[in-house]
Amino acid sequence: MNWSWLGTVPFFLFACAFLVLPSASLVIGSFQDNAGNFTLQNITDLGQPSIVNAYLLSVQVSGVTALLGTLVGGLLAWAMVLGRLPRFVRAFLIPFSGVASNFAGVPLAFAFIATLGRVGFVTVLLKNLGFDLYDKGFNLYSFWGLSATYLYFQIPLVVLILTPAFEALRPQWREAAESLGASGGYYWRSVALPILTPALLSTVVLLFGNAFGAYATAYALTGGSLNIVPIMIGAQIQGDILHNPNLGYALAFGMMVIMTLVLALYSWLQRRSARWLQ
Amino acid sequence: MKKRSSLVAWLFIIVGTSYFLLPLIATFLFSLRAKKDTLGFTAYQRVFADSSFYETFLFSALMALLTIIASLLLLVPTVYWAYLRHPRLHRLIELVSLMPFVIPPIVLVFGLIKSYSRPPVILVQSRGLLIAGYMVLTLPYMYRAIDAGLRATNVKTLTEAAQSLGAGWPRIIWQVIVPNVRGALVNGAFLTFATVLGELTLAQYLAWPAFGPYLARISQNKAYEPAALTIISFALTWVIFGIVLLVNSKDQQQTQFGGTH
Repeated sequence: MNWSWLGTVPFFLFACAFLVLPSASLVIGSFQDNAGNFTLQNITDLGQPSIVNAYLLSVQVSGVTALLGTLVGGLLAWAMVLGRLPRFVRAFLIPFSGVASNFAGVPLAFAFIATLGRVGFVTVLLKNLGFDLYDKGFNLYSFWGLSATYLYFQIPLVVLILTPAFEALRPQWREAAESLGASGGYYWRSVALPILTPALLSTVVLLFGNAFGAYATAYALTGGSLNIVPIMIGAQIQGDILHNPNLGYALAFGMMVIMTLVLALYSWLQRRSARWLQ
Repeated sequence: MKKRSSLVAWLFIIVGTSYFLLPLIATFLFSLRAKKDTLGFTAYQRVFADSSFYETFLFSALMALLTIIASLLLLVPTVYWAYLRHPRLHRLIELVSLMPFVIPPIVLVFGLIKSYSRPPVILVQSRGLLIAGYMVLTLPYMYRAIDAGLRATNVKTLTEAAQSLGAGWPRIIWQVIVPNVRGALVNGAFLTFATVLGELTLAQYLAWPAFGPYLARISQNKAYEPAALTIISFALTWVIFGIVLLVNSKDQQQTQFGGTH
């Protein structure tokens, strides 16, 4: 009899107590009414306009910053790897991306208030040049303001993830395409992009999840006025804003469902791209 | 042809860099204006004169250290054991270590409060629960670091060699395995440190006087101090990642990044 699996017991006990139990209790709670009886009412109540809007806003912010982040971060990674730039660009950009992708929460929110807030540096600068951002409809404490702030940690993450993908493009492929008469554009459309596609897709998915779960930055930036799902859950923890704690659990359950889908999609794309690159 | 592509690349890099540097420059300039009509470091002096700054910082630094120690004690033997004896369990451990991705901090803290604020087990006022929460938040990075380290080491051969020389299990793990994966452990430890230091969500809802909630409170009540604190936080992040990059360039390890936003 082999008893050596006992060595892994502490880990699984820990995971059960602080990972499985808390999330399972939220899942169970979302299928219970206040008296503890089984109900589907909380799940159908997620269809309330205010909750649907919160999910929509969360999905939109995550989607926009995932797509824009991948586009901009991809262009930066491309410029860095294939742009024939001097070495110091890379020596600076990679560590900076590491720092910036971890620079979030309250300090990040404040940096954007100091830059694009009503009396922020750029806002005032543009105003002195005759362009009033806020008159033109921009507001830092709104959808686009939050997205611009999220991009600060999204773009560097893309640079870190996609740099190896661009490095894996062999110059011989381009030479082969060119010697067969392909133009630069044709090479990118028909050779490079198809090879990069799995990596690009999984980057988008990862960024979506990254933004969807974000709480601290949004809280510090908008003080809770912009109703994305994490902010709504935070308000629910502080006081029963939904007038039904079980509806709060259902709100959290919905987040877990979406994050599970995101992770499943990500790992599927990862497996596919691993197969591609072999 | 060659020239043009380099020019476009420069354009992207310059536009991108200005997007990243402008907020830092703006915040820095703002932080210098605490005294009317002069530029100076008054805001920084006020931050460093504030005893809550040190208290909350030390609290978070201590929590980060305890999280790192507890994580290493829990994970190193587990992952090692799985490598050595139970490749099947290894899959399951990997799956569990991915779970925190599915549970954002705000959901995690909600679940912890729901599970541990009433009998039979009341833990919400215990530091242990905060540390356990931080261990969950940083589990994916810590696990990946340890896993990568062990993958690059010949666990079986080292263990057999140590056993044949008469070493017991604790000795094998701490004197043979750990020194071999030190670079990876340092990597995971610093990432954990950076994540826990400024963490807001768990500390705020479990009501601890940590650095994250302190930053949030100051940024709501003060004008110039938050700017100074932002610059200080950014500098701290650089220091932490500077150490990671230094360790990694010595160990030829791949750096990984992550954190909570």
